Amino acid sequence: MGGLVERMNIVITGHVDHGKSTLVGRLLADTHSLPEGKLEGVRNSCARNGRVFEYSMLLDALEDEQKQGITIDSARVFFKSAKREYIIIDAPGHIEFLRNMLSGASRAAAAVLVIDAVEGVAENSRRHGLLLSLLGISQVLVVVNKLDLYHYDEAVFRAIRQEYATYLESLGVKPVAFIPVSAREGANLVAASEQTPWYRGKTVLEVLDGFANPAPDEDAFFALPLQDIYRFSNDNDERRIYAGTVVSGAAETGDRIRFLPSGKEAVIASVETWNAPAKTRVRAGESVGLTLKEDLYLQAGEVIVKSDEATPVVAARRIRANLIWLAAAPLTFDTPYLLKLGSARVEARLEAIERVLGDNPDTESLTARRELCRHECGGVILRLLKPVALAPFAENASLGRFVLVDGYDAAGGGIVHEVLPEAPGARVNASALPEGFEEELFALLKKYFPHRFPEARARSGDDFSI
Amino acid sequence: MNKLEKLEAQSIFILREAYKSFKNIGMLWSIGKDSTVLLWLAKKAFFGHVPFDLIHVDTHYKIPEMIAYRDAIAQELKLRLVVGENRAALADRQTFVDGLDRLACCKALKSEALKHTLDGLWPRRFYDPKKDAWEEQDKAEAYNAVIVGVRSDEEGSRSKERVFSARDEKSEWDASTQPPELWNLYKTEFAPKTHVRVHPLLEWTELNIWEYIEKENIPVIPVYFDQGEGKRYRSLGCWPCTTPVESSAKNPAEIIAELVSGKFKNIAERSGRAQDKEGGGTLEALRKEGYM
Repeated sequence: MGGLVERMNIVITGHVDHGKSTLVGRLLADTHSLPEGKLEGVRNSCARNGRVFEYSMLLDALEDEQKQGITIDSARVFFKSAKREYIIIDAPGHIEFLRNMLSGASRAAAAVLVIDAVEGVAENSRRHGLLLSLLGISQVLVVVNKLDLYHYDEAVFRAIRQEYATYLESLGVKPVAFIPVSAREGANLVAASEQTPWYRGKTVLEVLDGFANPAPDEDAFFALPLQDIYRFSNDNDERRIYAGTVVSGAAETGDRIRFLPSGKEAVIASVETWNAPAKTRVRAGESVGLTLKEDLYLQAGEVIVKSDEATPVVAARRIRANLIWLAAAPLTFDTPYLLKLGSARVEARLEAIERVLGDNPDTESLTARRELCRHECGGVILRLLKPVALAPFAENASLGRFVLVDGYDAAGGGIVHEVLPEAPGARVNASALPEGFEEELFALLKKYFPHRFPEARARSGDDFSI
Repeated sequence: MNKLEKLEAQSIFILREAYKSFKNIGMLWSIGKDSTVLLWLAKKAFFGHVPFDLIHVDTHYKIPEMIAYRDAIAQELKLRLVVGENRAALADRQTFVDGLDRLACCKALKSEALKHTLDGLWPRRFYDPKKDAWEEQDKAEAYNAVIVGVRSDEEGSRSKERVFSARDEKSEWDASTQPPELWNLYKTEFAPKTHVRVHPLLEWTELNIWEYIEKENIPVIPVYFDQGEGKRYRSLGCWPCTTPVESSAKNPAEIIAELVSGKFKNIAERSGRAQDKEGGGTLEALRKEGYM
């Protein structure tokens, strides 16, 4: 095998009818990525039915999409450049299908934002820009499409670039390039167009090939969310295996590890594998299984770190976050939500809506804001019923993003900006507790969390790693 | 990590998430290369074990080598294997070979048989690896989730699937109302009676599958390779509706070469599957009603 080529996920976003599917269809055609006969097949079917051929028809696969000429759900489209394999996620531009756009974008390493030169910067051009920043996608290419309708007028391109660059800047997004294109005509997609002699920059394909694939950081702190614990005794296998996917750093057998938030500690005994060479080290990105020298009683949802390593992973009860709300029922103060973060699942409640994000500044006074409606983005404070080990998104993406589930609805998603101290108002009512409670509690804490009491541990000399 | 290592890690994560989330989960095993890769990934995810039933829907028109291979592998790997079928349609000769149209035949022998194998209402056969014996099951508990090896690059409606994808009580798929699926925080909360399809291979391509088979040396059914007649199967199904392709590829490496730069570089994988070309030329109609 001549070595495996790299794979990258790219999402195509933008307002409805600005030509996203046409752009992808044309890219497929011009890079010869379509199955043989596909282009002719669609052209013939159009001729038979008296319809005008569009490149977007190569992608809109669902029956309703073809009937209505609109993209409903994100399609994964595979294509290859000379440099690597791509999955292009063609996201729908209609507001109704925002959840599908987000699903697509959350899998992407980079984004292409398409803006129609005729309509200019539209509502969803802005919204998608905002959402890309909210999802933490920093590699963004903006293409100004349909310039053929203005005879490739440089002034039209410049005006849109000016307006949209200013908007993206306000979000902290710095696009790698703006490219004038006509997706239908194929201008500046794969080959530089003669129609735009005033444009000397890269083609769309060149910019895509220039995007970097974010690699999980093996040199950073070690973190492994505990996904599950296995013991297949029925099959006469007595190993107790702690399984999960490493999200940062590396660890080896013999390393002393700590579980958060429980604080329990153990030493890695082995790295378990099947049909693979025996190994002693696990690293970021791998789905692994460990056995420990001391068996611990634990539940999925904890995060494993190294005992002697400084990490930004902390047990949090209150977080400041930005989120997008997607459910029909608004985000409110009185509803218990299920928060999913890493492998943790915990009940969460909305404590405050600090601001509403977007280009329609909220005219209501913010303290009066009682809910966040569908498709709104907000800066909020969430309170968690039990502590969850997490890190701010900027420190580690996997430990800093979450979804909220309302009943059976995936209702929203967001990223953690900051871990907040417990609210001052959250103090327990001491008079309601039984006598001697405080002493008992403290004794238990000392017994099970000796590392929190360095003096006590030194005195007793006991190893309380359970 | 290279591309295959990343795909493997992601699929293992999904398999573990599925196993954790559903009480009664099974995995469809069509005997084809994709679901055999899936079986392999399950053994990786669970350290040599396959902690759920494998389910095969037998149309009785499968390419004959498939059944022999299935039973041999089940015995060798000690798999709990459930085999379902549409006995009524077969007894009444309601099949394509007997004059029924292709889509109606697929619907009866595959979609309906699958539906009632999963809901446990139709009798089925079960291979118990501990007894090394087959037994008849009249009724069984319904599976609330099933792991399926479909890939996005196979066909349009599969390119729009979620990793955790709900089917309603009638086991129908509504593609226009799929929930958001952000990052790898899959929605695993579903109303009672929802049936869930889990798709760990969505981001794999046909090429990736063969690259992985080659890397891991996975035993796949030999009909994928030229046995000396200049023909092989590229996609497996029922013999009346599946045609072999002209090819002299004798091993995974030669298949990879065909896909990367050879004769199949730009030829769709399912081009030998006749049911895709009936009706609107799409699998979507079949899939809405419960087809894989």
